[in-house]
Amino acid sequence: MMHTSDIAIVGGGPAGLSAAIVAAEQGHRTLVIDRQTVLGGQLIKQTHRFFGSKAQHAGTRGFEIGKALAAQVSGNANTDVWLDSTVIGYYREDGILLVERPQGLATVKADRIILATGASEKALAFPNNDLPGVYGAGAVQTLMNVHGVLPGQRAVMIGAGNIGLIVGYQLIQAGVQVVAVIEAAPRVGGYWVHAAKLARAGVPIHTSSTVVEALGEESVRGVRVVKVDSAWRAIPGSEFELDCDLVCLAVGLSPLVELAVLAGCEIAYVPELGGYVPWHDQEMQTTVPGIFVAGDAGGVEEASSAMVGGELAGLAAANSLRPFAGHGERMSSAREALAALRAGPTADKVRGGFAKLAAARQGRCST
Amino acid sequence: MTDPSNSLVSRGIPAADDVRDVLPSPERLAAGPVAIIECFQQIPCDPCSAACQRGAILPFTDICDLPQVDHALCNGCSLCVVRCPGLAIFVVDVSREGDRGEVKLPYEYLPLPTKGETVTCLDRTGAALCEGVVTGVLKPRSFDRTALITVDVPKQHALEVRGIKVESRAQKEGQPA
Repeated sequence: MMHTSDIAIVGGGPAGLSAAIVAAEQGHRTLVIDRQTVLGGQLIKQTHRFFGSKAQHAGTRGFEIGKALAAQVSGNANTDVWLDSTVIGYYREDGILLVERPQGLATVKADRIILATGASEKALAFPNNDLPGVYGAGAVQTLMNVHGVLPGQRAVMIGAGNIGLIVGYQLIQAGVQVVAVIEAAPRVGGYWVHAAKLARAGVPIHTSSTVVEALGEESVRGVRVVKVDSAWRAIPGSEFELDCDLVCLAVGLSPLVELAVLAGCEIAYVPELGGYVPWHDQEMQTTVPGIFVAGDAGGVEEASSAMVGGELAGLAAANSLRPFAGHGERMSSAREALAALRAGPTADKVRGGFAKLAAARQGRCST
Repeated sequence: MTDPSNSLVSRGIPAADDVRDVLPSPERLAAGPVAIIECFQQIPCDPCSAACQRGAILPFTDICDLPQVDHALCNGCSLCVVRCPGLAIFVVDVSREGDRGEVKLPYEYLPLPTKGETVTCLDRTGAALCEGVVTGVLKPRSFDRTALITVDVPKQHALEVRGIKVESRAQKEGQPA
């Protein structure tokens, strides 16, 4: 049987939930579809306090934010939530989503669709990266913080961006010895306060260094690391080995854009935003009218901006169905909040990425 | 402000030059406990200002502002210490007579130290600096799982102690009674 809805939201993470809250608030029948068995997306494993401002729950731990958003969504009579449900297709001709649910396949026809599918972790190619004990940072967080399982005893973290630094700290909290953080760039990419927490816990951060190979036969017993010069070339003779039984990769994220591609949304390649990104306007609408994008699926940032982006998409989708009073003011205050989050020097890359994305569209339109 | 040190940007270790920019005056340090905010990067984050009940952490005009502290208004209450998502705020008291000082720091590891316990005090690089005695462990519900630890340290190290090493449960249990 076909399920109909005013607004269907694919993904129940910070962006999807924020979109659902504002959409349902305007009286629209809203459906949130998520492939996990609980709402919250990546928020459920974020045990650290968030940055941002009070409006984005700054100072609150990520999983608590997830709980609060999920409760708001679940408590709204206008909202349906499908968990353990994966959107596996989109029929462009009819605008129908195909969803795999525990009870079988379902189809969903919605007047508006918001893609809040998030991102996937990037891998790193090196010999033996398929050895047991080589993990993505997301998997390590899931094991530790969701399931209470220790992934190892001695960890080497690859990547000194915020994810690598935060997960490194969480590993120490779980009782794992973090041997070192390895980072190819000459500078720490994440916030210095996160790096300082690791430093004062005695964890060395090796910048201008990269992993040569993982060592071990049956499972990881160490990594070989080499220093790199300013042109990213390995410096001969600078190799050293670190003993560990866990190698954790935190080398970036790529937007999950498969559904946007299926729907025919125009896609641009913007490395600063994590790779292929659906082009979208100030209202978060893609080039396919009625299909919106929010959160990491529209360019990799972090959870605070995902929440604001979700709010924007939800407001825009709701208003396009039935214009409502106060829409303009709420859109501009959300845009201001987003601009503020992207204002600092640490957001240079993301800002540049969105400028590039905007230019990609203009370039196409003018030809 | 001086440029951030290479040690800070490439290893996460604030250097003396970085810290100098955020230290209260020697007169203020001598007058009583005071907050030191070791936040050197313009990141979108402002909970510290809202945490301060005395207006000593000035309101932000931009969310990416560096925190500005009016040390004259700060009384060292430490509410900001457990509100900073970066765990970058410490309260230091070097005003007492004698050679002992006090550091209040945020702590999110297990096990918690107990009052009266002797712990190893660590500097910003994680190196052992001296021994200290824990004189306070506060972890009310309102702190949301971040404990506020007070540690009594040699006064000359109070501006350098930024972490503590607590013996693990196994180590503690292994000790003869």
